[in-house]
This record gives sequence, structure tokens and C-alpha cells, in this order.
Amino acid sequence: MKVAYWPGCVSRGFTPELHGSMAKVAPLLDIELVELDRACCTGAGVIAEHNQELADTLNARTFALAQQVQGAEMMMNICSTCQGAQSECQERLDASASYRERVNGTLAAEGLSYDKDPGGPFINKNFLWLLVEEIGLDELRSRVTRPLTNLKVGPFYGCYIVRPRRRLGIDEEHPRDQYLHQVIDALGGSVIEYAGMRKCCGFPIITMNKEASLKQAGRHLGDAVDAEADCLVTPCPLCHLNLDLQQPLAEGVVGRQLEMPVLHLPQLVGLALGLEPKELGMSRHVVRPTSVIDWSTSVVGAAA
Amino acid sequence: MAESHDRPPQPFTLRVRRYDPESGDAPYWDEHTIELEPHRSVLEAILQARDRFDGSIGIRCSCRQAICGSCGVRVNGEPALACHTHLDAARRSARDGVIEIEPMGNMPVIKDLIVDMDAVHWKKIRRVTPWLIAKQPVPEREYLVPRESMVDVTQTMACIQCGACVSDCLAMEVDPLFVGPAALAKAYRFVGDPRDDQHFERLNDLAQDPHGMFDCTHCFKCVDACPKDVNPMGQIMRLRRIATADHHIVDHNNGERHEAAFASLIRDNGLLWEAELLPRSYGGNSWFGKLHPRAGKELLSSLPSIVKALLRRKVTPMGALKPHRIPKQDLASVRSIYDRIEGRDRSSGQRFELNLYVVGEDEEPPAPDAGVVAGVVAEVSTGESPAEPERPASEDCDTPPDPISPEGSSST
Repeated sequence: MKVAYWPGCVSRGFTPELHGSMAKVAPLLDIELVELDRACCTGAGVIAEHNQELADTLNARTFALAQQVQGAEMMMNICSTCQGAQSECQERLDASASYRERVNGTLAAEGLSYDKDPGGPFINKNFLWLLVEEIGLDELRSRVTRPLTNLKVGPFYGCYIVRPRRRLGIDEEHPRDQYLHQVIDALGGSVIEYAGMRKCCGFPIITMNKEASLKQAGRHLGDAVDAEADCLVTPCPLCHLNLDLQQPLAEGVVGRQLEMPVLHLPQLVGLALGLEPKELGMSRHVVRPTSVIDWSTSVVGAAA
Repeated sequence: MAESHDRPPQPFTLRVRRYDPESGDAPYWDEHTIELEPHRSVLEAILQARDRFDGSIGIRCSCRQAICGSCGVRVNGEPALACHTHLDAARRSARDGVIEIEPMGNMPVIKDLIVDMDAVHWKKIRRVTPWLIAKQPVPEREYLVPRESMVDVTQTMACIQCGACVSDCLAMEVDPLFVGPAALAKAYRFVGDPRDDQHFERLNDLAQDPHGMFDCTHCFKCVDACPKDVNPMGQIMRLRRIATADHHIVDHNNGERHEAAFASLIRDNGLLWEAELLPRSYGGNSWFGKLHPRAGKELLSSLPSIVKALLRRKVTPMGALKPHRIPKQDLASVRSIYDRIEGRDRSSGQRFELNLYVVGEDEEPPAPDAGVVAGVVAEVSTGESPAEPERPASEDCDTPPDPISPEGSSST
């Protein structure tokens, strides 16, 4: 399937391995990525906090660019925070025709316009949702060449992709707050549940209350260590920053050694689809994913 | 609906967390199976268990119809009013078919499902001066205020003080001193009220407090927890917006600097430049921000992470020193969007905010028509449409909010 692909900022900045691994994984799942390289940052909620109409207009511009991609079935992102920020803007844009036209009036200078209903609702899905709802767990399972047998993976959802439930379309028919569990299972791994899996990584307040922020990251990582996870997986690069990049500082705040590798979702999928840790950029993490690499070499050894 | 009410009583098993701090014993779980119709509430189930099996189960309740806010608990790990949760729904969300009931979090347990609201929730509510400080002189007869601004604050007035949002606040979990969602929503009730005389003082107080409005992690927990749709996090974001944009409050917690740096980095580059955002959030929103002693101190304390990131080639020196940008032409478009909207706001003295709580969603959106754009702007500007009011955002609320000025918003 062809998608208008919004990679976000951080996946091209401090977590380049996320964007890179998505590019490697997409062809293995027959996803054609048409990158929205003209679009700007979603604002991550901060621009909306600064000026709501500005955030809505910038995101409407991105949606309009996505709607111009010929043959794309929907828009896809790889960042939970982008998903949350964009869903919030889309909710307002879709709710009011007069507001939409006000925003489109600003976009008109560039010849762009966001259409709420271009022959069906405008759809923007995180890679996680697309995996489960469009590709399907059975199809995903059938493409696995290296099942993650005995790899104990803790899901870390983050906030923006599980709350608020109504805005994100989470209900009994669409248990999107269970999808990471389902994907880990479909890839052959063991799901490790722990207290912090749907809690906040602390990233949004890292500059405002660093101690509280790192305490959040450290506590959830510690819970995962205690639950004996080999690694965590997250669909959010900002969570990755606090859980991986800041892990040395989080260790100091919670006063314990953590050494918990954190993978991006496309990295975990890529691993099960047969890609090597190195080509998935795992050598670029602050916390070496030693347990994952050891696991992958032992699996390859066993197969040979 | 009628069908579900016709269903006969059936067994439901409850797992209740029991704890009596005075006993000296550790908390434990108790299981009881009761019989009730599936549409009855979890509260009724707890009361039946107490009446039939164990009179010592502690639960606080009164109205049994989601008005008094007494029976806040956690059902299957999520905060809820026991009287407002149907048994069949609770069983569906249970891990193993047994409905798990615990006391609320972030507050000390007095006994079983009863928590000490005075020690946490009420103390924080009192913290925000929860009463109107009227402008003087008080009019002889009634105060006249715009309808929209009163409709707006009714959202926070819908709070029934149940503590569900406090229970699961993730910032409070790591920082118990955080003022918290319920109290900050209460603060908005007065900051949004045109009759109140202390908007700046209230905002400045909560912006400067290291555990105030900038301590919220934006996790949406309170939004989902609230049984009354108060949207505490949304109110916190509005407190921040009014504090920074309307009152120009620069706080000690980097809140204003972070927001300003973020917004201007996106204006300058289209994409976020992480390596520049951090020092600017501490040192000030300009290229020189990173040279400020506060930024230097922060850099030093982050060295363990920075060194590792460089060693692992996660971050390259060039990548950190140079922003990634969107193409020139697109950057020009982004800047022009900033200029138009912020210029419009400056010239009219107000920001435009679509408040879905006030206006609601379109019932049947009119067919889009390219020619309507100018007409819609006019409609907004004349205020003819009651469906499009604006929340007043002027520096103070001496004057009733004017609708958006036509010249400010005209873009066609």
C-alpha cells in the first residue's frame, strides 16, 4: 500500500535510527512511503499551547500536502507525539466547517486546502495502527522469518497514542491501547507487562522539572528491569529520548543501574523480518541493546 | 437499553483491596461474588458485598448518581466513580473476569476504599484561592458578562471534586507537591471569569511555583479520568497560554522560554532543532541563549548523556550544530502562516480559539464551497453566528470580548 509518510522531526534529528529502520522495514511489508518532506513540525502540543490556531493551521497544511499525494491510501506517521498533536488539530478542523474555512483561508496563499472528506474521512495512522488495522496481524505473522522466540519485550506505549481514548478512536472494537502487545506476540516475542507501560516517560517536562522527568523515566525502566524484560519497544521517539538518551541521568536520579535497551517499533519489526541489528541502527542507541544482539546471534547460530 | 435492563441478575465476582493502616497488617485482596443485574453499578455491588458478606468493607458514598463525587475508586486499574460504572462494562475491561476495585492513588488510604482527600485533594484546591476576587467597585445590580465566557467556565464548574484526576496524575506520582489537575482546573475557573480581579496574580503565582502549571507532563490521564468532562489538562494548557501570551509572565521554571524557543525554532527551520531547544529553554530564546550561565549549568549536568550520545554516534557534532530544515519555499510558507496568524492576533488584540466545549461539533457541515471563505470570515467577525463565539483573551477582561476584527482576519 502507498502512504503519505510523515516521519516527524526527531526521527531525522536525535533518533535517526528510527527513520532509517522504517525505510528498511517498509518494503518488506509492501508499504510504499512517499515522504512529506515539505511539511513542518506538528508542534508536539507546545505550539498548540502557544497559539492554537497556529498549530491547527500548520497541521492542516501537512494534511493538505498529504492529500496531494497521488494514490496514497492514507497518511502514516512514526511518532506517537505527532499522532496525538495531529489528532487534536484534526478533531477541531473536522468539527467545524467555518473553522476549517478560516484555516483554509490562511492556506489559500499557498494554494493549499484541507478537505475533511475527500471521498471518505481523512485518515492519519501511526505505523502501529497501520500494522494491526491495515496489514493485519496474520499477514504480519506470515512474513516473520526470525520469530522473536524467548525475547522478552516490554511494551512502552507513551501517552499520546493511548489517551484521550475518544479522540484517538480507542474502544472495544479498536483496542489500540493493546496493539503493541498484539504486535510483539505476532512477531513471536513474549510480552512483559509492567506498571509503567502506559505511563508518561517524562519528556515533556525535562526542561521544566528535570528531576520529576527523570524520575518518571527511571521508575518505568526500573519496573521493566524488575519484570525481567530484555528490552522495551516504543512507537514514540520522544519517549525514546527520555528512556534511552537520558537513561544515564535517570539512573542517577533513581539510584540504581538500569541498562535497559529501548527499541523503536520498526526496529523490533525489522528484527523479526530478518534484518540485522546493525542495519536497523541499533548500534546508535545510548544503551547498548546487548541482550537483543546476543539473542539475535544465538538465534542465527541455532538456525545454522 | 431497555433490553439490558430486562436482563436478570447474574453473578459478578469482585476483588476488593483491603487495608487498615491502624491494624498494622499489610494490604490484601478479598473476593466476593454477588448477584445483580448487569446494568447495575459497581457501587451497588460493593454495598451488596458489604451487607451480605463483610460489614467491615470501607467505602464512602452518598448520592449514588454521579453527582456527589464521594465514591471515587479504581476499577480494573482505572480511576472511576463506582456508582457511574456498570457491572457488565467493568467485567469486560477486567483482566481475568474478576472486577478489581482499589482505592484511588496519590492519596493516603484511611481504610480500604476510603482515601484521605483532605491531605491531598482539598489542600491543593485551597492552594489556588478558590473563590472570586471581585473587581471593584462591585456593581450595584448584577455583573453583566458575555455569555460565552460564562459557558466556558461552566466546564470547570462541572467538577464534582471526586479526585479521580488527582488519583492518576502521573506528574503527582513523581512530584507529590504538584498542584495537580483538579486545582489547576479550578484556577482556570477564575482566570476565565471576567469578573475576577486577580488574573495576573493567580497566573504569576502558578507559573513561578516549581510545582505549578509547568509541572504538568501533558499525559492526558486526567482528561480520561474525569467523569464530568472537565478536561483539566486542557485548562492547564490555557492557563499557560494566557500566562505567557497575554500577561507575558516569564517564570523561573523555563516554561515560557521553552514555549517561545520551540515556537521560534519551528518558525526558523520548519523542523525541531533539539540541540538548540534545550539550551534556549534554559538560557533564553535567542542564538545567545546557549551562552547564558543557566544553559551552561544544564549542559554540565547533562554531560553523561551527551558524551554517550556522541560516542555512540547517535548525535554527531555537525548534526547538533546545524539545524535540519524544510525546503526554502516551504519555509517561507510556514513563516507566512506565523506572520499572518500572529499579526492578526496582534492587531486585533486577541487570539482566536475554537472551543469545542462552547460551540460543539457541526451537526451537518455545510457543503464546502470555495467562494464561502470570505463570507465565513465576515460571519465570524459580525458575531452573527452564535455557533462561533471566541473566548476572550485580552490582557484583562475590563471590556467584553469583541469578535474578531474583520481587517485582522481577512485573508482573501
